[in-house]
Amino acid sequence: MSKFNKKKSGDLPAISTASLPDIVFMLLFFFMVATVMRDNTLKIKNELPSADQVEKLDKKDLVMYIYVGQPTERYQSQFGKESRIQLNDKFADVSDIKAFIAAERASKREELIPFLTTALKVDKEANMGLIGDIKQELREENALKINYTTKQGDISANRK
Amino acid sequence: MAKRSAPEVNAGSMADIAFLLLIFFLVTTTIETDTGLNRKLPPIEESEEDVIIKQKNIFTVLINGKDQLLVEDELMDLKDLRKAAVEFLDNGGGTGEDGCDYCKGKRDPKSSDNPDKAIISLKNERETTYKTYISVQNELVAAYNELRNRRAQELYGTSFLQMQANYDDVNWVGSKDKLKEKIEKIKIEYPQKLSEVQQK
Repeated sequence: MSKFNKKKSGDLPAISTASLPDIVFMLLFFFMVATVMRDNTLKIKNELPSADQVEKLDKKDLVMYIYVGQPTERYQSQFGKESRIQLNDKFADVSDIKAFIAAERASKREELIPFLTTALKVDKEANMGLIGDIKQELREENALKINYTTKQGDISANRK
Repeated sequence: MAKRSAPEVNAGSMADIAFLLLIFFLVTTTIETDTGLNRKLPPIEESEEDVIIKQKNIFTVLINGKDQLLVEDELMDLKDLRKAAVEFLDNGGGTGEDGCDYCKGKRDPKSSDNPDKAIISLKNERETTYKTYISVQNELVAAYNELRNRRAQELYGTSFLQMQANYDDVNWVGSKDKLKEKIEKIKIEYPQKLSEVQQK
């Protein structure tokens, strides 16, 4: 009865790894689709505060980003430790905001200009003085729709 | 000549290549935050016309440089702010024309007349940190949302936030015009009147 004995012999069969590439490709495609490449390199510390009454910002192409925060360590020798404004890839002054808004507006279609929103991505440790100045500039430029970008979370996280 | 089959390509390293790409994308991915508090700045008006507002209709919130809160001239903790704001907005102390039949507050004649007249005035100093400012803004928006939710629950049996979410949802089934009307009605009953005092 050697026919039956044959089956019993041998260890556990090796698990086939032939489908491994498929699984990895699946993950790969997910990340490729979900990735948004950052258009600005941040030169500042940008830890956003948390809030729980948030609304979602839709239409990403209609958003102008203004970053505020303390310069990161490698820029501190040049720009100091005080909070600074970053527009696009450069450090900027409060007086540069008007030009920035005008440039952003010029790059959009005319009928979309009223829907432009300014997203303020401000580090939690920044002082309100600078934000107040920015808001004043925005008012003068008539860019009145603003959004304080925050993380979703309880405000108790802000105390730390 | 004998027919020869093409040699099979070894696909064993495919997984390695895919892993390499996967790791690259994993590392470069930054999930961007795109949520926040929407606000509208007041336009700069030419005419400096003083509007007379009764003191009782103003709810002053002051954040000082040490991140302390002064609400209606009293020191207050951040966690009590939402309740105080709701009480002020929902007071409905007015009579006759200024009355408010949907308010559920204490009807204290010393506090606001109705939600339409009630104004929250927020003032901060230059040294105030941004995180405190956002926390306060969040609490004030929460107070408005709480009242709007309550009113929506009474009138339409659903929350205000849900109505807004439905309005933005493309797949929502129902009349958007009617929904918009409902949303507007609640916004009129509890308007967000948050004024920010300009820093000196």
